[in-house]
Amino acid sequence: MSQDFRLESVGLINRDKKLSFKFNGKKYFGYEGDTLASALLANGVHLVGRSFKYHRPRGFFGAGVDEPYAIVQLYRNNETEPNIKATEQELFEGLEAKSVNCWPSVNFDIGAINNFLKIFLPAGFYYKTFMWPKSFWYRIYEPFIRKAAGLGVASTKHDKERYEHKYEYCDLLIAGSGPSGLSSAYAAAKNGAKVILAEDKPRFGGSLLTDDVNIGNQSGKDWAEGIITELKTMPNVVVKNRSQIFGYYDHNMLVMSEKVSDHLPKTKKYHPNKRLWYIRAKEVLISSGSIERPIVFGNNDTPGVMLSSAAKEYLKVYGVLVGKNPLIFTNNDSGYETAIEFQKHGVKPVILDSRKNPESEIIDEAKSLGINIKNSYVVVAAQGYKKVKSADIASISDDKKQLGKIENIKCDCICVSGFWTPSIHLASQSGNKTKFKEEIDAFVPGVSKQQETTLGAANGVFSLEETLQTSFAKGSEISKKITKNDNEVSIPNVVEKKSSQHDKFWCVPLPAGKHYKRFLDFQNDVAVSDIEIALREGYRSIEHVKRYTTLGMATDQGKTSNLNGLQLVSEIENKVVPAVGHTTFRPPYTPISIGAIVGREVGKHSKPTRKSPIHAWHEKNNAVFVDAGVWLRPRYYKRGNENLFEGSKREAKNVRTNVGVCDVTTLGKIDIKGPDAAELLNRVYTNAWLKLPVGKARYGVMLREDGIVMDDGTTTRISENHYHMTTTTAQAANVLSHLEYYLQLVWPELNVNVVSTTEQWAGAAIAGPKSRNVLQKLFPNLDVSNEGLPFMGYMEGDLFGVKARIFRISFSGELAYEVNVESDNGNFMWEKIMEVGEEFKIQPYGTEALSTLRIEMGHVAGSELDGRTIPYDNALEGLVSKKKDFIGKRSLQRVAFTADDRQRVVGVVPLDKKTSIPEGSHLVKDANAPLPNPKLGHISASCWSVEYDNPFSLAILKDGKNMIGKKLFVMSPLKNKVIPVEIVSSHYVDPKGERVRS
Amino acid sequence: MLYIKCPHCGMRPQIEFSYGGDASVKRPELNKEISDQEWDDFVYNRKSLRGKHLELWQHISGCRQWIKVERDTATHEIFNTFKADEGVV
Ligand SMILES: [Zn+2]
Repeated sequence: MSQDFRLESVGLINRDKKLSFKFNGKKYFGYEGDTLASALLANGVHLVGRSFKYHRPRGFFGAGVDEPYAIVQLYRNNETEPNIKATEQELFEGLEAKSVNCWPSVNFDIGAINNFLKIFLPAGFYYKTFMWPKSFWYRIYEPFIRKAAGLGVASTKHDKERYEHKYEYCDLLIAGSGPSGLSSAYAAAKNGAKVILAEDKPRFGGSLLTDDVNIGNQSGKDWAEGIITELKTMPNVVVKNRSQIFGYYDHNMLVMSEKVSDHLPKTKKYHPNKRLWYIRAKEVLISSGSIERPIVFGNNDTPGVMLSSAAKEYLKVYGVLVGKNPLIFTNNDSGYETAIEFQKHGVKPVILDSRKNPESEIIDEAKSLGINIKNSYVVVAAQGYKKVKSADIASISDDKKQLGKIENIKCDCICVSGFWTPSIHLASQSGNKTKFKEEIDAFVPGVSKQQETTLGAANGVFSLEETLQTSFAKGSEISKKITKNDNEVSIPNVVEKKSSQHDKFWCVPLPAGKHYKRFLDFQNDVAVSDIEIALREGYRSIEHVKRYTTLGMATDQGKTSNLNGLQLVSEIENKVVPAVGHTTFRPPYTPISIGAIVGREVGKHSKPTRKSPIHAWHEKNNAVFVDAGVWLRPRYYKRGNENLFEGSKREAKNVRTNVGVCDVTTLGKIDIKGPDAAELLNRVYTNAWLKLPVGKARYGVMLREDGIVMDDGTTTRISENHYHMTTTTAQAANVLSHLEYYLQLVWPELNVNVVSTTEQWAGAAIAGPKSRNVLQKLFPNLDVSNEGLPFMGYMEGDLFGVKARIFRISFSGELAYEVNVESDNGNFMWEKIMEVGEEFKIQPYGTEALSTLRIEMGHVAGSELDGRTIPYDNALEGLVSKKKDFIGKRSLQRVAFTADDRQRVVGVVPLDKKTSIPEGSHLVKDANAPLPNPKLGHISASCWSVEYDNPFSLAILKDGKNMIGKKLFVMSPLKNKVIPVEIVSSHYVDPKGERVRS
Repeated sequence: MLYIKCPHCGMRPQIEFSYGGDASVKRPELNKEISDQEWDDFVYNRKSLRGKHLELWQHISGCRQWIKVERDTATHEIFNTFKADEGVV
């Protein structure tokens, strides 16, 4: 099967390898080295999609990253990816792609009716049209817009591909491998600098692949190949193709997306799909080149209208003719270069040049080849709906205001060149305040903000000779500063044709009586008339015009649209372009897949998992785990068909009647040493610490400076100048930072050291009336009687040959002990506890039973210490010293904190003693009051009391002190529940605290 | 991502640090009578400057030291870094 638009033996594709692919269900073939775009064009396919707003037919406009419309939905190895530019997607065997923005099909598109109703869809149409009636939004407007608009469909399946992140440091990062990138990289590499050279396309060389130039007696393409080959052999150089530097961030950090596998039918085993590079560069050289600008004329979005540079690239790189009867419309010499390539390959182009009588070497060559050139001529409008069929052309007056008689000439494509726009996105992202360069009608980088230098066409330099000279020099100069080497590199001879001045003409006037759409932004369907409306409606700032009209938004980021939009605004406003200014260029420069940004941090790798040394035992014994921060903790140990409620109830009950053991390794532990340790504790805790004897523990509460409770826990005096502090699992890291803050910054005179020992100790809480029997069995030689080891006592012991710390502290409200051993011995300790505890009916208990036990005892925890409560609210005011000062004390005098009706923790019991109360429910006085029903408080924690066998909750309640005995209602609109309740004391079980002291 | 020179460890990426607020705020001494206004200024009132700002950072994933960083809040330029007991008052 021959391809009608493919030239014989022209281009850089591999003709020995044919590849078959499908587009919109139809089968085609191309060659290895094609892009999806070049392969489709070789087959004569120009219609690839529908436009965003008006659903007008869309073809190819560019040949690479500049493409505004050929965006497809890609199917590869049973996965699908939206927003793929056909001009960037390399062809592989079995590729499948579909058009977007068309429904039901690209050839018959219902949304195209928008095109005929376009009077209803001008600038700001979203804001104006769909505002009322309000009820129409959900039912009619939104579903319609969602179906008719949008660029692609994200897959809802789990992405099986792997994405990697890589961190890299280098001396010079060079963005773009065109003439300036290659020269500067080569010079810097020769000076021994560590260089990373990044090219977003598969092939290195940039414009050298398509320009008819000669460097050092070789073609530009061969010279580029030689340089790249040599760079690749150098150990100090990393050369990456398919790698787009898309963001320039603070302190010379740039991010690059490397497409590792997108050009293959399937990702290789152990390979990532994409790799995101975070590169910290000492210096950045931006050699990102330039993008050709369109000229604005009627129906300039018709398939077959494209950039002249793209037509040249399709021809020279892929051997593809974008048309056989091309019309070239130009305001500068670049259009002639494309025309010459057509002519050389047997296709006869016609050139329309807006200039009157330009002269240059290139134009002379075109003339000598016999190309038909019409000066002072413009395209007024393209004709044809799904493909260009002809063009209305006319002569234009010298002042570019008057059109001559309109003629129609046949053509099958219109190649446009409106001169060149430097790609300044990276420089602008770096913070460089760009400046307008009058000679080229475009912005170029100004004074560098970070360590960045822009070279070549990206800097507005379009002469190859000048580009090579400055780039070699800059590469040498910058690398020399870093490496101190000064290895001379000779700059090769350059032969290039001289070009003449371009014409500052950018927009063809509308002929009288015609209302052609003249597009500025092809991706977002923004036409000249839209900008005119926005300005007429009073929008002035270019940033506002952008948002109102969507000019330069989305993935285009103004690549092809920006300058013409500014030209128009400046013309209407009668200002110069630099006074209008350009909108902010934002990263990413091109769309980056979410997978690449997320990297490997997906699923269970989205955060670290911390496990206690006893974890394997829990697993073996049917523990059902729960996330506690990043820790995995047993929630309950499932027996038979038990559910959470039944299992946790059994475990809690067993603690109240016999004895249970709970893994408390996750509690934060901080080792505190030094002669001023007691003084530190006395300043950070609300209660007194100076007189705590050695061998005793004390419960303490810590505040933030604003008076809010930060954390609670026990601290034990191990020896004269040595304390062991415990924190809640959640606050462990914050408390350590808090202590370090005061020690390092506020009280550097205190001689104290703090260090986290959370992971050094494994902990087991042994709780219940029979816990002393278990402890005695564990430590037969110790006196663990109530006198030998009283409540809040501490001793050290030998647990079957293992050194152990024993604390008599209790969270469950029962007689209880906490035993700590070094982490490596954690599992040994646990098994010994289970072994000696068997005769006392010991059972392990999880976090659910732990919660039940503390809730019915009225012990506050994280759900009450929620960052909004002060000690009084938690009934902890007894621990607040009146005598000494401490962190946060002064805040407790604030009016709101001392109010008579201050909120306070209370107990809540449902009147029917049956209905469980959802956590987070609100407490109200009158269940039938009109909404919003005044909230008196909220349920902070709920359990099923195993002591009384009915539901019990804790609540933070306004004026809680005076509410005991009152009847209120619990309301949970989420669960659709209204429950009559009675307010009781938070100390529901053992209010006098006798058990812990027994 | 910022690149911060820890005065103890050298140049390190921002992910190793945690931010700690305005470094020019001085905690009133303990046991000292202070007015409501003084206390509010210490706890709550911050200038939220645009421009050069002296701020606290802690090198949590490194040496765990609190350091002072002189940084431009608009441009993110870092002019200087100091140990806890050094630097501008
Ligand atoms: Zn450090």
